[in-house]
Amino acid sequence: METVTRSTPPPVLERSEVFLIGSLRVEGLEASYGGRQILKGITMDIPAGAVTAVIGPSGCGKSTFVRCLNRLHEVVPGARVSGRVLLEGQDIYAPGVDPVVVRRRIGMVFQRPNPFPTMTIYQNVAAGLRVNGWDRRRTAEAVERSLRMAALWDEVKDRLHQPATGLSGGQQQRLCIARALAVEPDVLLMDEPTSALDPVSTLKIEELLIELRQRFTLVVVTHNMQQAARVADRTAFLLDGELVEFGPTAELFTMPRDRRTEDYITGRFG
Amino acid sequence: MEAGDRLRTVRGGVRQTAGGRTAYLGDQFFLWLTRFLALAILALLSLIFYEVIVASKPSLQRFGFGFLTSTEWDPVAERFGALPFIFGTVASSLIALILAVPLSLAVATFLVELAPWWLRGPAGVAVELLAAIPSVVYGLWGIFVLVPFLRSTVEPPLIRSLGFLPLFRGPAIGVGLLAAGVILAIMITPIITAVIREVLLTVPRHQREAMLALGATRWETIRLVVLPYGRAGILGGVILGLGRALGETMAVTMVIGNRPEIALSLFAPAYSMASVIANEFTEATSAIHLSALVEIALILFLVTILINILARLLIWRVSRAVPGAVRE
Repeated sequence: METVTRSTPPPVLERSEVFLIGSLRVEGLEASYGGRQILKGITMDIPAGAVTAVIGPSGCGKSTFVRCLNRLHEVVPGARVSGRVLLEGQDIYAPGVDPVVVRRRIGMVFQRPNPFPTMTIYQNVAAGLRVNGWDRRRTAEAVERSLRMAALWDEVKDRLHQPATGLSGGQQQRLCIARALAVEPDVLLMDEPTSALDPVSTLKIEELLIELRQRFTLVVVTHNMQQAARVADRTAFLLDGELVEFGPTAELFTMPRDRRTEDYITGRFG
Repeated sequence: MEAGDRLRTVRGGVRQTAGGRTAYLGDQFFLWLTRFLALAILALLSLIFYEVIVASKPSLQRFGFGFLTSTEWDPVAERFGALPFIFGTVASSLIALILAVPLSLAVATFLVELAPWWLRGPAGVAVELLAAIPSVVYGLWGIFVLVPFLRSTVEPPLIRSLGFLPLFRGPAIGVGLLAAGVILAIMITPIITAVIREVLLTVPRHQREAMLALGATRWETIRLVVLPYGRAGILGGVILGLGRALGETMAVTMVIGNRPEIALSLFAPAYSMASVIANEFTEATSAIHLSALVEIALILFLVTILINILARLLIWRVSRAVPGAVRE
């Protein structure tokens, strides 16, 4: 994988190739915002059924990176993306691909808990199902299943029809995770999901991540290196829009190959 | 106890130093100035209310509650009833709301959510400029463009196709309730649009993105997230528009037909409270005629206050039902 650089085009996919559900491959991904280049050609394979952490100092482009993976970067005026992102071998940026369909397969949890304030807890989880046209019974089942998966069911089962804003910050973030899980995505992107939370809520969400990786491809952006070390199978280090190093988490933290990675994880900058 | 004493000492100390003392007096002066001005507004309102009541006393005593229910308006026989005017004001304002609210919602949504980036600023300014046109200009446009257009193009087909409903019956005159409603709708659309636009701009980006990330289309995001998030503010904008429509005088007088009658038809001429005051006040010769006009002013005043109170309650209820809606 390290041999693939921007100048060498990726090999043409063979029909016979087999892809794991939820596997992602990023090829020469570039992104800019208001004329300023943020991602400068990123190529990496994100394995299915594992947690991949993306670390790096603020402003290195790690948020932009995950927002490119579900085509959310482009909804901001002045944002541009080029390169390829292959979900199970299919380019989500290919002409004719509907970003709405892409986002149904690749869910996202944001930095700050952002439940819909005008909806109840139940309606929040069902919001994505509603636009996908699920019927009542299937929706009710999915809401319970997602809340259980997000380890929130026991706390909210008696007040499903109360406003979601009555929940604590940590509960709200788990509600947002349940909301994303309800539409049954194959990939779940998380943009610093615990940065606005207290340590106890953070721990709960980290436990949740480890549990969820059996069923989903998880990409977690974090500014917290300990968090990456705790939850991630593989870790990518981004600096100034470039992928400096990407490998098994233990390896990256104990014997980084790149000098810049070493400087960052030992706290020399960042 | 001790803490209180200490506080008092500190405060006294501040008062003794020259610089501190000036600042303290400045605060006091500012407090009293603002307090006086705020109370002056209340006093002015009460004074207007009092004067209007005093001036309408003869009419109040002579007609009593019958004034509100009588449809007769006969200056010669000195018999006055306000119902046709109340009806005209309320009906034309409602027509205006029915036409203007969907339009304003659509325009504001387009400007905030859908318009290309370079168009948003200029188009927004253009909408606000519409609000700056004097109402007599709207009235003239109504007489020379809108009324002939309604008479020749809009009303005849409506009468032919929907004439079995009382609402669309009668001759196509052009001037009347519909014309007044349409003119009012055009006049209140800019203000409602401007308010809704501001409200939609305050909806945080993360709310839209949360919905988009679930695989919602733009339309679903607007309908399920953006508009509900701003509903208290949107309602506020609608009420602001209604307030303008109720009190609008000039443009309505020019196109409503000025006939004190209550007809079910949208095409029939009518009269509004503000219009009758403007038309007859200078010509009213008898004391009772004058007093009746002032009483109409009183009713308009009360109707406006009532609607504003209702609106406040409504907004309060909507924003209270959703604890997070007005936060952030």
